Amino acid sequence: MSAVAPVVGVHRVSWTAPVRELLRRPLACGALVYLVCLVAACSAAPLVAPANPNYENLLDVSSGPSLAHLLGTDDLGRDVLSRILFGGRITLLDAAEAVIVFVVVGVPLGLVAGYLGGRLDRLVMSVTDIVLSIPVIIVLLVVAAVFQGDLPLMVSLGIVASPSIIRVVRATTLSVRTELYVKAAEVIGLSRLQVLRRHILPQVLAPALVQVSVFAAAAIVLEAVLGYLGLDVAPPAPSWGSMIAEAATVIDQQPWLMIPSGCVIALTVIALGLVGDAVRDININRRSPTVLRARSIGSGSSQNGARAAEGTPNPEGSVPSGAEALLSVRDLSIVLPNAGGELLIVDAASFDIGRGESLGIVGESGCGKTITARALLGLLPPGGRIAGGSAMFDGEQLVGARKQSRVQLRGKAIGLISQEPMAALDPAFTVGYQLREVIRANRKLGRRAARTESLDLLEQVRLPNPVLVAGRYPHQLSGGMAQRACIALALAGRPKLLIADEPTTALDVTVQAEILDLLTSLRHDTGMAILFVTHDWGVVADFCERTAVMYAGQVVEIGGVDEMFRLPLHPYTEGLLAANPHFAGEGPLPSIPGTVPPPGAWPSGCRFAPRCPYVTVDCKISAIALRPGTEGRVTRCLHPERIGGRTTDVSS
Amino acid sequence: MSVPEPLLVVRELTVTFRQRHPEPALRAVDSVSFEIPEGKTVALVGESGSGKSTIGNAILGLVPIRSGSVVFRGHEAANATRVDRGFLSKHVQVIFQDPYGSLNPARTIGQILVEPLMVHRKMSRSDMKSAVAEMLTGVGLEAGAAQRYPANFSGGQRQRIAVARAMIIAPDLVICDEPVSSLDLSVQAQILNLLSDLQRAHGLSYLFISHDIAVVRHVADRVVVLYRGQVVEAGSVREVSGSPRHPYTRALIAAAPVPDPGVQRARGVARRHAVVEREVPDARPNREACAFAPRCPYVVDRCRREKPNLRVGSSGALVACHLEEQLPEVAVLFGRPRDGGNAFDQDPESGDGQLVRPSGPR
Repeated sequence: MSAVAPVVGVHRVSWTAPVRELLRRPLACGALVYLVCLVAACSAAPLVAPANPNYENLLDVSSGPSLAHLLGTDDLGRDVLSRILFGGRITLLDAAEAVIVFVVVGVPLGLVAGYLGGRLDRLVMSVTDIVLSIPVIIVLLVVAAVFQGDLPLMVSLGIVASPSIIRVVRATTLSVRTELYVKAAEVIGLSRLQVLRRHILPQVLAPALVQVSVFAAAAIVLEAVLGYLGLDVAPPAPSWGSMIAEAATVIDQQPWLMIPSGCVIALTVIALGLVGDAVRDININRRSPTVLRARSIGSGSSQNGARAAEGTPNPEGSVPSGAEALLSVRDLSIVLPNAGGELLIVDAASFDIGRGESLGIVGESGCGKTITARALLGLLPPGGRIAGGSAMFDGEQLVGARKQSRVQLRGKAIGLISQEPMAALDPAFTVGYQLREVIRANRKLGRRAARTESLDLLEQVRLPNPVLVAGRYPHQLSGGMAQRACIALALAGRPKLLIADEPTTALDVTVQAEILDLLTSLRHDTGMAILFVTHDWGVVADFCERTAVMYAGQVVEIGGVDEMFRLPLHPYTEGLLAANPHFAGEGPLPSIPGTVPPPGAWPSGCRFAPRCPYVTVDCKISAIALRPGTEGRVTRCLHPERIGGRTTDVSS
Repeated sequence: MSVPEPLLVVRELTVTFRQRHPEPALRAVDSVSFEIPEGKTVALVGESGSGKSTIGNAILGLVPIRSGSVVFRGHEAANATRVDRGFLSKHVQVIFQDPYGSLNPARTIGQILVEPLMVHRKMSRSDMKSAVAEMLTGVGLEAGAAQRYPANFSGGQRQRIAVARAMIIAPDLVICDEPVSSLDLSVQAQILNLLSDLQRAHGLSYLFISHDIAVVRHVADRVVVLYRGQVVEAGSVREVSGSPRHPYTRALIAAAPVPDPGVQRARGVARRHAVVEREVPDARPNREACAFAPRCPYVVDRCRREKPNLRVGSSGALVACHLEEQLPEVAVLFGRPRDGGNAFDQDPESGDGQLVRPSGPR
């Protein structure tokens, strides 16, 4: 096989991305600009300050702001603005010293403790626990009593505060250490130092930066406290803290004096906090690329969004209309929000489910099968909406239905079981409690009746000891038992339709077989229809009567399973069936070249055309509607007769 | 006639994990032995908790080994020293299941692929660059991919990159830990074909860890079936998947659904007799008994008293079952019996990557 797979997106992630992200936050931008200006102005204080900070003009004491003195003068006639700029040199430098010590001590210790673990980790953690319990200000007063100058003070402040960053770095390292790529790096033979530097440090950096910004703010406040106590500089040299102390002595005569120095400290602290917040948010966004982010890659997304409302309508009657159908979905289009507006995810899906029927929805990831099933229950991700089409369930319109009536349908008329049974159960309550709650929410039953009913349901899903299981918490159940419990929950409302969203994908095959058998017999016993979302042809063959195949947001083929397996009417169905190793002999597996195009990058015309071995010119001209085929089947292929080199025309 | 020495020999490998205090240590891998011949693929098959991935991790030195030995080309790898590990990492590489977790999101593909070269090859920067470009084209990606970040690639493309990382220093053995389980069907076929192309081209060996018997049947030469950390059956792929002799192997094969509705319906009826539908009791496992006894439909008293040893069964494979000779023959296990019948043939003229239509039943 030699298929050269095209790269999904053309968008390059680079170092400019976080910067652009920052620019989108005006508050954080303003804070950053303020900090940069402040540091620059303080550094260049001898050049930019309007006056000598220590020059006392006793003719002009305690004046308010004026053109000559923008922030006024203090009680000795010194220019307040100049004193703030010069004072900032002391305060900011001191804070910077403390921060440097904080980082130099904290980051390596946290990294080493988290990565190596064991005895060293325990030692580091015990010491940090002890240090955390010592009151900082007392340590600083002791240091101030013993040593001269402010450097020792700031060094000890950095050390005493370092446990906070040690803990954060260690915790991040611990979680990154278990990542597969770190394992892979170890297998490659990278030394521990290389693994730390290349793979762990970059991940630790962002949370560490947040800690640094928090501590920098704290350091400025503490420095101001020390200045207030007269521990940082000798008068008359200014620092922000000593200026507050001076202002405090004359607060009765000149309350204004408190404002410039107080404000500069407050603003600086707030700015550091805002920048730290922004760093954290940007980092969270980067670390957890949501579905929307991943899908917004691709090009031409906005055009697709505009097309959303229209969809690709199907000619009347192309999908066999189901007068007797329990659920009848027509031209259902679903959009999700993305950066540039809305992105069409499901394009005019149409299918029917009869009463008591089992319909499979098959397709690969990103084809829209799960979102179609969930949309029927009104369970779309935030911002997602149904852009068009209809879904008639038992005579009721689901699309555009009021929330109230949808909630009533949910659980009662339509049940749901999902891939992750553990996530569907509340870990804080026993299985029995959760079942009774659902039963009583759906029907007016007394406690005792609900209890009997819940045990009946557990019996019905063939759990070996219903009384025992009812008393258990979800974490005490195996995966198979948990899925049975979820099925019992779904059955509690006696639904007419059960939506099963890959319910066996996370289970072992032997357990999967048991769950499939259970669902089959439940369907026969209760007469409920089941919509089964899966990617596994084996499961379809085992469980479903009819199947809809989805590709790139569209239903491309619907038919009975026997007919479809015997003779697919769409090349995608054919390729997907052939790729199954079950059918393969010796030699390479038949595979479909390329990858599924993500939403937003769908080709015009037939969406499978770029990967199709039978493609002709007319396939690429315009969107292709579902067309009737033989045996009541439908296909979205112009040339189903070409599939497998058949010559007979199967389209009626 | 001298038998060529196997590439990797695993003998009586045992790995234990500590559990919360009163519980005894969990024997995740319990006296497992097997060999990997040069240029062959050996598959470890089992369900969750069978210890199959732990065996891979133990060989790679990612978990400590309690007892037993792992010998690679005469070098003892069990709890190896740093020097031995260096030797091993030059010759044994890994492909993990999750292509999203196994690539550092903060590094470009080029930076990721250069790492193995940095450690094991003395090369100039430009040589490394061209080696990376060559490897990328070798796994079916554009050479330009080196400048991009993992976030720009789909799952299948990422798995190609993981394959490239494992192969770039031309190892002799690659441990494939469920390399296709998280991939879509069409992509799965692409990756399996890529792996077998690379095996043919470089003569390397695979330890293929999987829960999917259909995939294993396609890729493996030999199969080792594990249940709760123990080998229950081991032999050639024909022996184990063609005429499975251990009740667990049979249950595993019977449970895997076959993509053929007619056959699958018949099997559905048959499989209800193949395994006892009962949740495994959470009682402490009895070390004196057969581990599969609580779920075995053929269980007799002896199974609960005495642990069966591996011995050669009637199919030629090693089987750990007291009742191996007495088990009934099982009729339909696969939808595609080995000789004709309800056949799904591959078009012999189909070329590379070509779609092939399963032909209908005759």
